[in-house]
Amino acid sequence: MSALVEARDVHLSFGPTPALRGATLEVAQGEILAVMGPSGSGKSTLLHCLAGILVPDAGEVHFSGRRIDVLGEADRSALRRDQFGFVFQFGQLVPELTAAENVALPLLLGGERRATALVRARAWFERLALAGLEERRSGELSGGEQQRIALARGLVGQPEVLFADEPTGSLDSLTGERVMDLLTAAAREHGITVVLVTHEPRVAAYADREVIVRDGKVTSPASLVGAR
Amino acid sequence: MTVPYALLGLLEREPSHGYDLKRDYDAYFGRGKPLPFGQVYATLARLARDGKVIAGEAEPGAGPDRKRYVITEQGATEVEMWLAEPVEPEPHQQTLLFVKVVLALMLGRDAEKYLDTQRAAHLQRMRELTEVRRVGGVVDSLLADHGLFHLEADLRWIDLTVARLSALAREVRP
Repeated sequence: MSALVEARDVHLSFGPTPALRGATLEVAQGEILAVMGPSGSGKSTLLHCLAGILVPDAGEVHFSGRRIDVLGEADRSALRRDQFGFVFQFGQLVPELTAAENVALPLLLGGERRATALVRARAWFERLALAGLEERRSGELSGGEQQRIALARGLVGQPEVLFADEPTGSLDSLTGERVMDLLTAAAREHGITVVLVTHEPRVAAYADREVIVRDGKVTSPASLVGAR
Repeated sequence: MTVPYALLGLLEREPSHGYDLKRDYDAYFGRGKPLPFGQVYATLARLARDGKVIAGEAEPGAGPDRKRYVITEQGATEVEMWLAEPVEPEPHQQTLLFVKVVLALMLGRDAEKYLDTQRAAHLQRMRELTEVRRVGGVVDSLLADHGLFHLEADLRWIDLTVARLSALAREVRP
């Protein structure tokens, strides 16, 4: 399998503080990869670099054979909108919009007609066990429901890659597992590659493989004979 | 199965008498459960029989505790392999992980690398149990959860230990 997403020797500092010090990582097409590590190790910064949100000071980021760290903001923004999906720790739904409008948002921003976008968005409600909640606003939804709406929003554009940063971090363990069950099932069904940042082993156990970020570098665990 | 490896590890550090081995074992690993003298000498006798240690001549004042034991090449190789290999992930094994970490630090081995290998073995087992939970009924699912929570507790301990390796090394290195 060739790499769909790749970081090569990526360095990035915030002012005098180095966050990444030569991070190298490959994610294969269709793979669900967990990125683990202690708080402040640089795992979220690495995800932001892979997703073209942040631009590294040095090193390269590639997506689908194309170098993306050299692209301008407009091109990276288009890439994020068209090819990537995102789920963050707190759903970050737009409170003024209904749940269905929130899910449709990436399609609307991509120029799709409102009626078509809403039809596509509504299709995800059944799939993520959210049927009946389409017209609710975020204040009328539980944490688990909000996070599933956010997941639907991340998946609605059928992205090549879903970037998930602590997607269950604000949920209790049972609700978090429900979100992870749905996330991994949807990703596998649609062949979506997932980069999953988490510090929780139970969440990482949903992935095909894990890497550890420590002091801004990626440590791959020693390969275990016969383990995979 | 920890005792023979622990004694071999202590012998790799320096040749010792049975009495000194027991004292060090109790200090580092015994913690409220001292090793009986009988077990020390029985273990040393087995290790000598298997060519992993050599027992010196009895020193004046004879008696089993007067022999000095030295680790052999074969014994040292065995310690090396044991320290690097992950423990079969299962609940209630913290003591075994702890012995491996302390001995690795004592002997100047890469304890962090061992812990990374152990973490990978634990996560692999957690992946298997997550799959059992996904496809199984309630009974399978609850049994898998029991294992998952225990493995997760081990992993938290592993992360905490990685963060404190330098402090632990200062305490156990001579």
